[in-house]
Amino acid sequence: MSHYRALQAETVKFRGHNGDQGEAYYARPIAAGKYPGIVVIHHLPGWDEWIMEVVRKFAHHGYAAISPHLYFREGSESPDDLGARVRAAGGVADAQIMGDVAGAIAYLRSQPNATGKIGVIGFCSGGRHCYLAACTLSGIDAAVDCWGGNVIVDNPKDLNDKRPVAPIDLTEKMNCPLLGIFGNDDANPTADQVNRTEAVLKRLGKNYEFHRYNGAGHAFFNAFRDAYRPEQALDGWKKVFAFLARHLATAATRVAAE
Amino acid sequence: MCSYIVEKTALIGSAKGRKGWMRIDTANVYFDHPYYSTLDHVLAIDFTNEGEGGRDRVAVELSADSARTLVARILAALASGEAAHGRPAQADADSVAAA
Repeated sequence: MSHYRALQAETVKFRGHNGDQGEAYYARPIAAGKYPGIVVIHHLPGWDEWIMEVVRKFAHHGYAAISPHLYFREGSESPDDLGARVRAAGGVADAQIMGDVAGAIAYLRSQPNATGKIGVIGFCSGGRHCYLAACTLSGIDAAVDCWGGNVIVDNPKDLNDKRPVAPIDLTEKMNCPLLGIFGNDDANPTADQVNRTEAVLKRLGKNYEFHRYNGAGHAFFNAFRDAYRPEQALDGWKKVFAFLARHLATAATRVAAE
Repeated sequence: MCSYIVEKTALIGSAKGRKGWMRIDTANVYFDHPYYSTLDHVLAIDFTNEGEGGRDRVAVELSADSARTLVARILAALASGEAAHGRPAQADADSVAAA
């Protein structure tokens, strides 16, 4: 077994919703070989340094990972400024996000290093988008929802043109295994909402796996935040990589990740 | 979970941003996950000039307690300042309402 590791990470162009060309951050091992792909969906504040660290982490573990900049249509200013502009406009429509995620999947599939296996992971609002992708996009082999809130929408007034359907109501269409990672102290989703989501997945016979962590709230993987909980985060990452290895990895990629 | 709740207010003022001073006509105020701060949630204010396209902003991310303290200090500064200088003409408020 070789201990040599190397990866390449860079900003690339991809085609998103409606064929619009935007930026994505793409990292992959540089050793010749085939690698499963994973799309990393950022949270509402924007395409930040932490999400790029996550992309590189996946590459380190033997995945070709891409994080589309979901606000690229807003201009070329810094991602935080674009995020603020998107927020003031009420966010991005779910349909557009799904188009961009589908475009990122297509980018991964078109690369010569692709095994053809594709995962999607999202954090916070990206976790909700990941749940939506698992229910509405084809060609996803595994989905990881990290503390996505508003999967359950209790107040119909919270639905609008941009977010017209509660993700939970699309669960019947979920067509890939789902891993859920949650902190029991989170206010959105609450522990009760996580339980209700699980009840729906169970009733519909979906392939899912939920892990709940005590002493953790929202975004507890994020070392840039006071919310970071190292023990829970380390265990959570182990759960993520075990789940992805089960559903995405080939024999070749398992060797590459060792 | 990130929310999409934004309190928006028209205002009259100016702010110094990355290109220097600019007029501002809008503040977007929200309490949510930050971009930069290490806090789980922040009271964020984005000052922009929507009349000029709103592309530049001056941003702050504050803890909830410091935001409340700041509100109180703003009101205190206005009270003492207006006691010393007199209250500005009502035209300011009318202009904001019309903005």
